[in-house]
Amino acid sequence: MNRTKGDEEEYWNSSKFKAFTFDDEDDELSQLKESKRAVNSLRDFVDDDDDDDLERVSWSGEPVGSISWSIKETAGNSGSSHEGREQLKSRNSFSSYAQLPKPTSTYSLSSFFRGRTRPGSFQSLSDALSDTPAKSYAPELGRPKGEYRDYSNDWSPSDTVRRLRKGKVCSLERFRSLQDKLQLLEEAVSMHDGNVITAVLIFLKRTLSKEILFRELEVRQVALRHLIHFLKEIGDQKLLLDLFRFLDRTEELALSHYREHLNIQDPDKRKEFLKTCIGLPFSAEDSAHIQDHYTLLERQIIIEANDRHLESAGQTEIFRKHPRKASILNMPLVTTLFYSCFYHYTEAEGTFSSPVNLKKTFKIPDKQYVLTALAARAKLRAWNDVDALFTTKNWLGYTKKRAPIGFHRVVEILHKNNAPVQILQEYVNLVEDVDTKLNLATKFKCHDVVIDQIRWKN
Amino acid sequence: MAFPHRPDAPELPDFSMLKRLARDQLIYLLEQLPGKKDLFIEADLMSPLDRIANVSILKIVLLGQTPHQEYAIHCHFMHVRWCLRKRESMEEGDQRWINTVAQALHLLSTLYGPFPNCYGIGRCAKMAYELWRNLEEEEDGETKGRRPEIGHIFLLDRDVDFVTALCSQVVYEGLVDDTFRIKCGSVDFGPEVTSCDKSLKVLLNAEDKVFNEIRNEHFSNVFGFLSQKARNLQAQYDRRRGMDIKQMKNFVSQELKGLKQEHRLLSLHIGACESIMKKKTKQDFQELIKTEHALLEGFNIRESTSYIEEHIDRQVSPIESLRLMCLLSITENGLIPKDYRSLKTQYLQSYGPEHLLTFSNLRRAGLLTEQAPGDTLTAVESKVSKLVTDKAAGKITDAFSSLAKRSNFRAISKKLNLIPRVDGEYDLKVPRDMAYVFSGAYVPLSCRIIEQVLERRSWQGLDEVVRLLNCSDFAFTDMTKEDKASSESLRLILVVFLGGCTFSEISALRFLGREKGYRFIFLTTAVTNSARLMEAMSEVKA
Repeated sequence: MNRTKGDEEEYWNSSKFKAFTFDDEDDELSQLKESKRAVNSLRDFVDDDDDDDLERVSWSGEPVGSISWSIKETAGNSGSSHEGREQLKSRNSFSSYAQLPKPTSTYSLSSFFRGRTRPGSFQSLSDALSDTPAKSYAPELGRPKGEYRDYSNDWSPSDTVRRLRKGKVCSLERFRSLQDKLQLLEEAVSMHDGNVITAVLIFLKRTLSKEILFRELEVRQVALRHLIHFLKEIGDQKLLLDLFRFLDRTEELALSHYREHLNIQDPDKRKEFLKTCIGLPFSAEDSAHIQDHYTLLERQIIIEANDRHLESAGQTEIFRKHPRKASILNMPLVTTLFYSCFYHYTEAEGTFSSPVNLKKTFKIPDKQYVLTALAARAKLRAWNDVDALFTTKNWLGYTKKRAPIGFHRVVEILHKNNAPVQILQEYVNLVEDVDTKLNLATKFKCHDVVIDQIRWKN
Repeated sequence: MAFPHRPDAPELPDFSMLKRLARDQLIYLLEQLPGKKDLFIEADLMSPLDRIANVSILKIVLLGQTPHQEYAIHCHFMHVRWCLRKRESMEEGDQRWINTVAQALHLLSTLYGPFPNCYGIGRCAKMAYELWRNLEEEEDGETKGRRPEIGHIFLLDRDVDFVTALCSQVVYEGLVDDTFRIKCGSVDFGPEVTSCDKSLKVLLNAEDKVFNEIRNEHFSNVFGFLSQKARNLQAQYDRRRGMDIKQMKNFVSQELKGLKQEHRLLSLHIGACESIMKKKTKQDFQELIKTEHALLEGFNIRESTSYIEEHIDRQVSPIESLRLMCLLSITENGLIPKDYRSLKTQYLQSYGPEHLLTFSNLRRAGLLTEQAPGDTLTAVESKVSKLVTDKAAGKITDAFSSLAKRSNFRAISKKLNLIPRVDGEYDLKVPRDMAYVFSGAYVPLSCRIIEQVLERRSWQGLDEVVRLLNCSDFAFTDMTKEDKASSESLRLILVVFLGGCTFSEISALRFLGREKGYRFIFLTTAVTNSARLMEAMSEVKA
């Protein structure tokens, strides 16, 4: 967009954005609080009477009569299912809504679908269908073979496909030649129904050799997509990989193989598996990511074993003061870095668990590193460490504070961790932009800064 | 309220018929197997099942333990405006929902008459339409002679407009969905909303009088409404002070129930609002929205990219970070390679290396892509022609699909005026266009398309837009000469979203309806939002 800096300033400050903000607390939030007070004050009065007519909601919060409610009810009953059913029958708990007539043996709901009125029936389609010719809305069912009166051996591919779409049982065995099978597939694809396409593909998968199947699908994109989707769904990893190999879709092959690691729970086994993924035909960047994944898990296993040992030995202060709530295994890198800054901050670069080592190994950018270290040290209220993060000595030996992330962010994180006001104040002072500085100072009640700013302005 | 109901709005056809039909079909299925049965219901099916048949009915008809029956139940449900159970979105060319949609359309046209005017855009829309037409031909004569009750039908693929689905919602119903997740029309409110120690499952529909008034409103209007209602309620209760016995008796028998109901609903929604406010403030929602608006308008892209980078660095939320990246990618026609690489690396570092797979999914879906050098039409064409002499047809389709995935959002946005130009403040209390659903910043693309096509009764004049949407082969109209169509029915429009529809779009179209005197009916494969869209793509299920 060709806008000037001036336009941008104007844009960001324009009233358009003031149209709606969640920060208009004084006005709207207090309005809400007022409404809430009003409503709550009426609560006593409302709860006085026990009104049966209101929608009944059970203890679990489910509306009475809903399926989830009934399941909870029956689960609450005796363990044996038979007994449970007996109890359910005799329970009177359904008395609050109308009892429906129990169907007799001659009672047939299918008559409803023919549009005929039945005495004592549900109020259903009879009215709706009164001015339309009798039509069957009955859903198709999979019935045993013997019951098919219209079963025939002689359907064409297009008829077969149409039957499949309707959910009718259909034997595809008669399509023996490759030609016939392909024609069937073509019909299915032209019908657009994914279920039918998949059904035909299942048949082809069973009755064609892998090579022929792959060869034919290579030039039939829609069918190919469905097969890939289906194989993924049923988890037929082997055939899927063969397919990708055949199609020379090397990257998808690599990704599919890599995906399997999610199914391996044991960390060591997973680590070994990840090793096999290195060197697969990923793109150059992805190869680096895979390598990092392996390295990360390798490190985490070492750190985890070590720290668990330290923790149980009970000699290390940091673990005593802040016992670990979870294992570090399979956590993202940033989380691992946070953990390392929390429990292993002072360690030298040589150890696997030191933050500096992690930074170097995984080439973590300064921004990310400082942000994470800050969060960890602030949580521990280690203000000196925080200080040291930002202090650098220039060539003359003078110390100066610098941050790759903007001091307003530093202030926010410190505030979130309940830093004392003096510390906050110090960092608020370092914020460059004057307006932001004033805003933050006011927000976090750094009065001295506010006073200074005002004095300065005037 | 900003939206008084138009007195001349067309009447809806009787949709309760569909509910009864579904229920009867279910019972019919269950009755087919004789004898005592046990019903095994998968957790996801409980909500839709509850919509149709509750325990008292099922108690009578219990099911035999066969796998086929479970499948049968899964397949035979269709609801207008209720969610279908969706295992996968329409990703990776999965066409299994095409048939369900076609069947639904067939059922609707059988019950409510033929649709005189059909419009559509999108690959799946076209397929569903063709399949439906085939169905109609096969069951010849079903709809002949019936008077059409619904005058127009519009089919639309989700992937024609991903941008709208990725935006944060600010209309009340959308916010409730984004915050608490509405499933099949109901939502689970936890103790922080219900103000007691129980959770509550609440049905959110037009019967909830409070909800009905605020559902389409911009969030900023909701407080005012609720506080007014609370004051009224207080006043009503206060009336009882001056009453004598007779008046009191009358009050209790006639009015009290209604007031109690209102009180209960009011307190729930106030609780919900509070909860939403808390969450949004914590999320620094204002900054987030600012960034989204900037992306939509194409303004300050570097700053927005930095914001996203920081969002990832701070490990704020894997789904939100992903969503923002996708929004950036779609509005900017892909990320520049340097940004793509660095944001991807940071994402993997912040949220886990296994998301390598997520990025691959998103790239294939066209949601998060990289600008290729020389990404012009001619460059790709020459690439493709070279490949013809090389191997595998697969590679060619890959090249074509990468071409097809260019989003051209800015050009489309300009052509369709999706970004309103406003002098001064955009009045959210009295909205003037559909952009109010996004605080005046953006008119949902999908809704604008629908608006324009309905106005022109065709795609005339929209060829360039269609081409930019990569739908040149997938935009269609079909008009049948229907002299039986009443003018009333011509104001009823059925909109079919294939791949999901958001509450914001529903609110926007309702607004359009009120403006133009239409009434919209919504049929969708699912109600979706940005979180669900991203979760469907994310490899690592939370």
